[in-house]
Amino acid sequence: MGIIDIKNLHKVYTDTKIPVKAVNGIDLSFQEGEFTAIVGPSGSGKTTFLNMVGGLDTPTEGEIIIDGTNISHLKSRQLIDYRLNHIGFVFQAYNLIPVLTAIENVAFIMQLQGKSKKVRNKRAKELLDAVGIGDKINNRPGDLSGGQQQRVSVARALASKPKFILADEPTANLDSKSTSDLLDMMLKMNKESKITFIFSTHDQRVMDKARRIITIDDGLVVKDEKVDK
Amino acid sequence: MIWSISWRNVWRNKIRSLAIILAVTIGLFGGIFSYAFMMGMSVQRTNAAIEYEISNIQIHNPKFLLNEEINFTINNPNKLIPIIEKTPGVKAVCSRIKCPGMASTAITGTGVVINGINPESEKQVSKLYTKLTSGKYFEKGDKIPVVIGHKLAKKLKAKVGSKIVVTVANTKGIITYGAYIVIGIYKTGNDSFDEVNIFVESEGFSKLISFDKNKTSEIAILLNNNDDTKKVADLLNIKLKNETTEKNITIETWEQIQPTLNAMTSMMDIMSYIFLIIILIALAFGIVNTMLMVVMERVRELGMLMAIGMNHKKVFSMIMLETIFLSIIGGIFGIVISIFIVNYFNVHGIDLAVVGEGFNSLGYSSIVYLQANNVFYIEAAILVVITAIISSIYPALKALKLNPAEAVREEA
Repeated sequence: MGIIDIKNLHKVYTDTKIPVKAVNGIDLSFQEGEFTAIVGPSGSGKTTFLNMVGGLDTPTEGEIIIDGTNISHLKSRQLIDYRLNHIGFVFQAYNLIPVLTAIENVAFIMQLQGKSKKVRNKRAKELLDAVGIGDKINNRPGDLSGGQQQRVSVARALASKPKFILADEPTANLDSKSTSDLLDMMLKMNKESKITFIFSTHDQRVMDKARRIITIDDGLVVKDEKVDK
Repeated sequence: MIWSISWRNVWRNKIRSLAIILAVTIGLFGGIFSYAFMMGMSVQRTNAAIEYEISNIQIHNPKFLLNEEINFTINNPNKLIPIIEKTPGVKAVCSRIKCPGMASTAITGTGVVINGINPESEKQVSKLYTKLTSGKYFEKGDKIPVVIGHKLAKKLKAKVGSKIVVTVANTKGIITYGAYIVIGIYKTGNDSFDEVNIFVESEGFSKLISFDKNKTSEIAILLNNNDDTKKVADLLNIKLKNETTEKNITIETWEQIQPTLNAMTSMMDIMSYIFLIIILIALAFGIVNTMLMVVMERVRELGMLMAIGMNHKKVFSMIMLETIFLSIIGGIFGIVISIFIVNYFNVHGIDLAVVGEGFNSLGYSSIVYLQANNVFYIEAAILVVITAIISSIYPALKALKLNPAEAVREEA
């Protein structure tokens, strides 16, 4: 049994004229400490799959069991709480709060969890140090480069001490150097702290670093390979 | 941090925020100004009526109220006045002989109400003597003096020094004539009062109409505080119970004598609120529009907040707080500006000389001194914040309907 167990996952969109089967029966298991890339062409069902794993969407059929909790039957409010406490998100467009500084962006999620100011500021500082921008904690997102913003985003994802991090095309907006630095930083965290990363990506550079590559097409897993590095 | 985010969000688009703050400021100022203007008018009208025309309380023979006949008198004023004077809250008392008659000059004549007064005691109750536009008030040694209103003077084509013949039925019903010299012309600001009321000395007038010196038509009472009118009237009703029970006299407050004054004040009060509500409704549409723009511009950010675990209550609060901050800032500016402007015009008045004639003919002064009580300022401010809260509900609900999975992928 893994940290995430997915059984017979289906998603059918019925709000269109013709029902669209986005995910067609996926069975997967993710172990703690994995560094996985999910790849596939546009429209393959990759995003729908990740939305369901991240608790942003609910399956039509099947189960998603995260660390023993079946989240497929949770209600909207329960899912919000679940996401807050168990899942870290890194988005393609960074999606930081522009009016908050780097440290405030990281601390914000801990405030939503109800942690004290002292605790959240200490941890936010530590995380920003860990992602390599400890000298820019008081900068607002507008004063940071894309790579730096994505590092803040990773620190924010880690702030809530999640069971795993879902990263949706995290390098799509970054140059080669920033991509390489970001992936190295994530790999280091993965190795040292056993943090589980699941990427959705088209980026070969991410695939090159991944230890497991899952290919989805037509809503099905067509390839699941582990890479020894 | 929600408070902090909302506060900082207010200043993300400074021009837009300033526009809405300005709208709140102007809206609130408009509401308060119109209220202060209307209240100023009605309070001035009431005060003028009390100070120059009817005073706080009047006592009459009940029959006189139905028919202002010279024989419907108060028979024992010399007994009643000392009792009234000793009543707590009473500032001054005077008695008047009052009867309808005709005032004529060589050119024309018109119906008037003749007020036979004792100038000394009258001055203690009525400030009419302060409203003379020409001539002077009664002085010892004046021969057959009369003080008339400017409107009547114009109608009779009389001026100070002109001779006026007063025609009146005496107590026996016989028509008698008296000649008077105009010594003063007054202008109270109420044309209908000024057109009708003339003032003569009671001593000479009582002889002219064979009126018993120990009787009177009207007792007028001025109080220290207008708010005590009802209380003092009730007290007088108790003190003069024998007289009232036997229906020799009727005690009336200014509100009973001129109910339209009170009705007008209430109406203006209601109109002020209606005007304020109309402004607030217009403001609400502006706020809804602005906050919808805010939500639409921040779809990705709001989606992210919901994706990472910000619950609906907090997202809702964040949008609401942003609107409340905008309205509070606008509200503070609106109230501060209103206080300054209302206080300025409370002292200096707004001169509406252009429409002065129209105002005067309705009984209102053409110079309006703005008045607003503190309660209205607070109520207006609370109403603005409530409007902001209500108008931000729809945009906030719109934010909650966002699908975080789709919203985070929205193009910026």
